[in-house]
Amino acid sequence: MIGLYSPGHSLLHRAPTLLKLAVLSAGVLWVGILGEPWQLLVALGIIAGLYPVAGVPPRAAWQQIGPILWILLIAVPIQALLSGWVPAALMAGRLLAAVALAALFTLTTTVTAVLEGFQRLLRPFDRWVDADRVGLLVAITLRCIPLVAEIVTEVLEARRARGTQGSLLALAVPVVVRSLYAADAIGEALVARGLDD
Amino acid sequence: MTARTLTVRDLAQIAIFAALIAALGVPGPLSLGVIAVPITLQTLGVMLAGAVLGARKGFFAVLLFLALTAAGLPLLAGGRGGLAWFTTSPSAGYLYGWLLGVLVIGYLTSRLLPKYPFWPALGATVLGGIVMIYAIGVPVTAFTLHLPIWGALVDASKFLPGDAIKAVVTVLVARQVHRAYPGLIPRRRAVTASSATSTPTSTATPTPARASDE
Amino acid sequence: MSTIVFDGVSHSFGDRSVLRDLSLTLTERRIGIVGANGSGKSTLVRLINGLITPDAGTVTVDGLLVAKNAREVRHRVGFIFTNPDNQIVMPTVEEDVAFSLRKRGLGAAEIAGRTQAALDRFGLSAHAAHPAHRLSGGQKQLLALAAVLVGEPQVVVADEPTTLLDARNSRRIADLFRAMTQQVIVVTHQLDLLEDFDRVICIEDGTVVADGAPAVAIDAYRALLA
Ligand SMILES: Nc1ncnc2c1ncn2[C@@H]1O[C@H](COP(=O)(O)OP(=O)(O)OP(=O)(O)O)[C@@H](O)[C@H]1O
Ligand SMILES: [Mg+2]
Repeated sequence: MIGLYSPGHSLLHRAPTLLKLAVLSAGVLWVGILGEPWQLLVALGIIAGLYPVAGVPPRAAWQQIGPILWILLIAVPIQALLSGWVPAALMAGRLLAAVALAALFTLTTTVTAVLEGFQRLLRPFDRWVDADRVGLLVAITLRCIPLVAEIVTEVLEARRARGTQGSLLALAVPVVVRSLYAADAIGEALVARGLDD
Repeated sequence: MTARTLTVRDLAQIAIFAALIAALGVPGPLSLGVIAVPITLQTLGVMLAGAVLGARKGFFAVLLFLALTAAGLPLLAGGRGGLAWFTTSPSAGYLYGWLLGVLVIGYLTSRLLPKYPFWPALGATVLGGIVMIYAIGVPVTAFTLHLPIWGALVDASKFLPGDAIKAVVTVLVARQVHRAYPGLIPRRRAVTASSATSTPTSTATPTPARASDE
Repeated sequence: MSTIVFDGVSHSFGDRSVLRDLSLTLTERRIGIVGANGSGKSTLVRLINGLITPDAGTVTVDGLLVAKNAREVRHRVGFIFTNPDNQIVMPTVEEDVAFSLRKRGLGAAEIAGRTQAALDRFGLSAHAAHPAHRLSGGQKQLLALAAVLVGEPQVVVADEPTTLLDARNSRRIADLFRAMTQQVIVVTHQLDLLEDFDRVICIEDGTVVADGAPAVAIDAYRALLA
């Protein structure tokens, strides 16, 4: 379960997940209320400085932050036309800072740690939510992803073998039906292996 | 997830559909013929979850998928993932819209079964899978990018043709699936009846329609 | 060895009658079940651990009524499916083996120890932390076996465990079944697998048509196919 995590031992990597989450939320709020361009520049500088501290490779960072730049490429001119360049720049800066903060969290926290964090957050609600069962469901889903990906690939290949390019429908029906059969088989295996609660 | 009301079979279906939404993101955004705008198949997965599994199981499948993505797995089309997509991204609203959309499709579908007539089903799927999702997605985009609503709406409209195709496909698929595989969405009345009788016998897995080639 | 008793068992799916008034007592160490496609073999063995509850009649394992004591029975009876892909329920190899030990009141160290031992026994230790879906077909079936045997069942039921494997892997699985100390009940279309079994049962259209030493029952089955 590596995901987007970028392995490392920095302070950011070692900080408790929920603390990081709290700081992240506070950071996003703080960036959101900054009204002066220079304040925002400082904030952006601090956040950018955190990346080398965390030892995140530039490529991994770019993968996270790149997509937002494309959106800004469209949004900033529109915003500038509507209300001027300064508000447009402020908006872009805030958004960039917030995305970079959130990405930093994702890059320095393992999926397992985040899921444990989620479970901890769920604990006050354990009258309604069975955290153990949620964990189980997460694990089964992770197992099912390659299984379903394989079903999709096989259906695509079968289609190609028959030379029928076919419609989306000809792809979706067998994929859904075979996925449902797989669900039945997995359900049966779970029962056979002792999950009957 | 009130543990007692979901059978093991329900759990497996939820997990498989969460995985299906993820698997539909693997090809990445793709262009469909005439439409120049890249579309992702993941919203098709969301619509299918509602139309095939119903509101409850479909909702959990989408929620599970989103939770795994938020936790940092690169499951969104194009290998994206992480908390940013749920908090600060201008498109974050659409992801929350999925949750509302799947509920609406699932609920309306359960009322349309077992007949599942085409036009009402398409109406239900469009309402849940497009109107509801945009209803949350568009204002969030407008808010984060400081755009007027109409601006965000114009921006979103480029996805409309793709989403319309997906809604049609969803209805056609769900029709065939419900015929081949009845009982996926419990009827309202039947829910209370079966949960009352089936609690003592803890095994709920025997399958009404197993593939004979298994 | 355990005693498994089918008493007047009938079962249908919809209006298709799959098992008809079937009575059997299974006590032998190694039992094979053969029969044509659709004859009811899978349905029959699924009754043993309560994956299917019969419409009529009863199934007991060591006197325990399966329909009433499913949990208890499933601890005693391990089940191997044809397609290991569907049997593996956890993302990584070791997690999948450990899954069989949950809710048995074992400590974490005990679970880790037993899991490690089971992986060693089936030559999978090198893959412990790998994603299960990366294993080869043969390794996946080995993992399925490891995950069942780690629970120390008294009976192992296998429904066509070698059907999806190549010749070498299916021989390997067959050898493992031969070496098992547990009572073993195997459904298969690979008749050579059953040559040294203690008893072979031939099912046709939901009833037992031959039952006895492998040579006798397999001959009867071949005659039926001819
Ligand atoms: N869940 C089910 N729903 C409906 N019909 C079923 C179900 N399971 C099995 N059947 C039907 O019951 C009959 C017996 O099936 P079963 O799987 O027991 O046969 P089998 O002897 O194992 O065959 P094979 O050698 O092909 O595995 C078949 O006609 C099959 O289609
Ligand atoms: Mg069979």
